[in-house]
Amino acid sequence: MANPNRSFTAQEAENITRVEELTYELKVEEVMTKDPSVVIPETKMNNLLEIFRKNRISGTPVVVNHQLVGIVSIEDLIRCLQCNDLSSPVSKYMSKKLLTTRSTDPVIEALKLFVNSHYGRLPVLDEQGQLVGIITKGDITSGILKALQHDYQEEEIRRYRASHLFEDIVSDRSSLILRYNIKQGDFIHGGSASSAIKKALLRLGASPQIARRTSIAIYEAEMNLIIHTTHGGIIRVEIEPQQISINITDEGPGIEDVELAMRPGFSTATETVRELGFGAGMGLVNIQRCVDSMRLESVYGKGTNLRLKINLLEAESVGESSTPQKER
Amino acid sequence: MNVKDLVLLIDGHLLNPSANLEREIRGGCGADLMSDVLASIQPEAVLLTGLCNPQVIRTSVMADVAAIIIVRGKNIPKETIDLANEEDIALISSPFGMFELAGRLYKAGLPSLESPVGDGICDCGE
Repeated sequence: MANPNRSFTAQEAENITRVEELTYELKVEEVMTKDPSVVIPETKMNNLLEIFRKNRISGTPVVVNHQLVGIVSIEDLIRCLQCNDLSSPVSKYMSKKLLTTRSTDPVIEALKLFVNSHYGRLPVLDEQGQLVGIITKGDITSGILKALQHDYQEEEIRRYRASHLFEDIVSDRSSLILRYNIKQGDFIHGGSASSAIKKALLRLGASPQIARRTSIAIYEAEMNLIIHTTHGGIIRVEIEPQQISINITDEGPGIEDVELAMRPGFSTATETVRELGFGAGMGLVNIQRCVDSMRLESVYGKGTNLRLKINLLEAESVGESSTPQKER
Repeated sequence: MNVKDLVLLIDGHLLNPSANLEREIRGGCGADLMSDVLASIQPEAVLLTGLCNPQVIRTSVMADVAAIIIVRGKNIPKETIDLANEEDIALISSPFGMFELAGRLYKAGLPSLESPVGDGICDCGE
């Protein structure tokens, strides 16, 4: 491998960024444990042991009248056990050096405190300085995981909606029309329309084979508009559940001999175009191979119109579920 | 074979390191004519080509190409690399020529994913 440190994939990189984003988006109060169990300074250490055991926790804030005065953890309890001193009050062993975080702070602030200290939990205070919760690294992890799962579900729902688009719309005949204006000579952007159409089809639930056939046919036609026309042209794609109709029009110069243009290997392309990998006289042949029907009409001196159709089988339908529940 | 193995096999330089290195490659296809690629290549292939303009990436997107190798260590224009990044498709430059590369990949077990152009259509010479 060229660079062994670059072993994560683009997908993973994307997720890392999202996690980082979430540490700024999520507020401490969204991930913290609310209303944690608390003790007072006078609580006996053996009662504390009981509280830890019962609630399966390893630390708790110490308060006087809702005001935080300390925090006591399992480490403090161990020290107490070593001294066989369980009858002492919590105030003797609690930690009074307090690091706290605000409920309205972004999670990243709490994370910074965890990184820079050895603390396992932080008390969370509201605007008035009253204790409202407690946060651990585990709370942050599960909060972020929950948010990521939510993101994922939203994307799933969007995908689902697109792939069932036509089911929610009542009409005698529904279709989705995409239009693209293609500029003559714009080699740099050549293929961007076809690429966008391919993505749209996949999102609408088209099979990879259908998306591939359609986009290859349109790509060749798009390059023809860029290479051969005087002013570019328009690609219009009409998507219906059972068929895709493509209409490509331009206003010149038109094809002199349509039959000759359809012949494999015939080309009028310049050397520059050939250097781009096109103009081998296979474009129209390729288009024909990809579609179910093709009609090429051209008036020399006026313009060209290319109509393509791709039929979809019941199981391949786009924009609605492939198993129809009811007959119309 | 995945993209990572491929880069090693051809002394390649991956031009867009964010590409998915685990992506599986099912076979290969070599051509400089993009129409030939569109006509014959099957999905999930590595494309060997001497062309290095952005149309190589576009063609690869339409044809479901898994990775692209630019042969003979050419200088690849920035807009091609940018588009490869945008489309998230591995773009690899190799110092070897087309013949040497095809040989190495074939020997390593990659089959041809160029389907024969049937129907008597390829009568370019006429």
